[in-house]
Amino acid sequence: MEIQVKENILGKNDQIAAEINALLSAHHIFALNLMGSPGSGKTSLLERTVAALQGELRLAVIEGDLFTSKDADRIARQGTTVVQINTSGGCHLDANMVKTALDKLDLSGLDLIIIENVGNLVCPAEFNIGEDARATVLSITEGEDKPLKYPLAFKEAGIVILNKMDLLPYTSFDLAGATEDIVSLNPAVAIASVSCRTGAGLDDWIEWLKRQAADKQAGQPQADLAGHLRLG
Amino acid sequence: MDITLANAAQNHAQKVREIRLLVGQMTGVEPEALRFCFSSVAQGTIAAEAELRITGVPLVAECQDCGRKFDVAGYRFLCSACGSAKVTVLSGRELRVEYLEVD
Repeated sequence: MEIQVKENILGKNDQIAAEINALLSAHHIFALNLMGSPGSGKTSLLERTVAALQGELRLAVIEGDLFTSKDADRIARQGTTVVQINTSGGCHLDANMVKTALDKLDLSGLDLIIIENVGNLVCPAEFNIGEDARATVLSITEGEDKPLKYPLAFKEAGIVILNKMDLLPYTSFDLAGATEDIVSLNPAVAIASVSCRTGAGLDDWIEWLKRQAADKQAGQPQADLAGHLRLG
Repeated sequence: MDITLANAAQNHAQKVREIRLLVGQMTGVEPEALRFCFSSVAQGTIAAEAELRITGVPLVAECQDCGRKFDVAGYRFLCSACGSAKVTVLSGRELRVEYLEVD
């Protein structure tokens, strides 16, 4: 006997992600899924971001990590609300984990939630976690070949942050080539070139973030950055 | 597995013989790894001996400016005819259970 199924394997995840997005939208909260390799500077970027947004936007951070609370501790030290998710070895966050973490937050007092995904350029890109947009951090020392090697992480990003720009003169990183690859994967993407160590270029990133949060606040529909490639 | 077993149970199947999957080119799915994992998780279920038939779906996009449909080569999402960046992905992101063959 043949049974017609036609059911998406990630359908359950996508359903929970849609519920999360609806919940956050009801509170006018902008949710960002922050992705990037281990060591690319996601947490350093968050530390800078928390400091820059102090007094301007009410922010909470959800930290995905395999086993430790090292990153969450760094963020908590800055006086920002942070919820830890330990994936116990899992290489990405899924929507259900984020849903559980959201239960620990007072959504009525927030404008912005940044969810730092597990350091990995592959699997996190496959899982919607209810975000409005994705940001992918690529550090100069990783090499310019990464966008084409891990296309989905860049294809679906609203913004790509090129970090560790202060190290550019000491590497053979091809900045023009990397930029061209990112744009050919994702023509509408914003690109911010920053150094989380020196603070250079961070204004572009902060401005982008504030604009997204303001649009969400005003109830404007976000550019469909997260789910538009999920077909069928 | 959840989808397979739920559908098999709904149809009072005794045994799952074949599972047909659609897997797009732009998904992080490696067919051999999928088969290996499947054989592990299917053990002890009515799908333990099921054959996984994986149909690949090419990454195809359509240009919103000139209407051309083209295979996306090398993940360059620019129209192959007019160079426009306004392209929509038509296929290649599927990850779907299409049908089951059961007894």
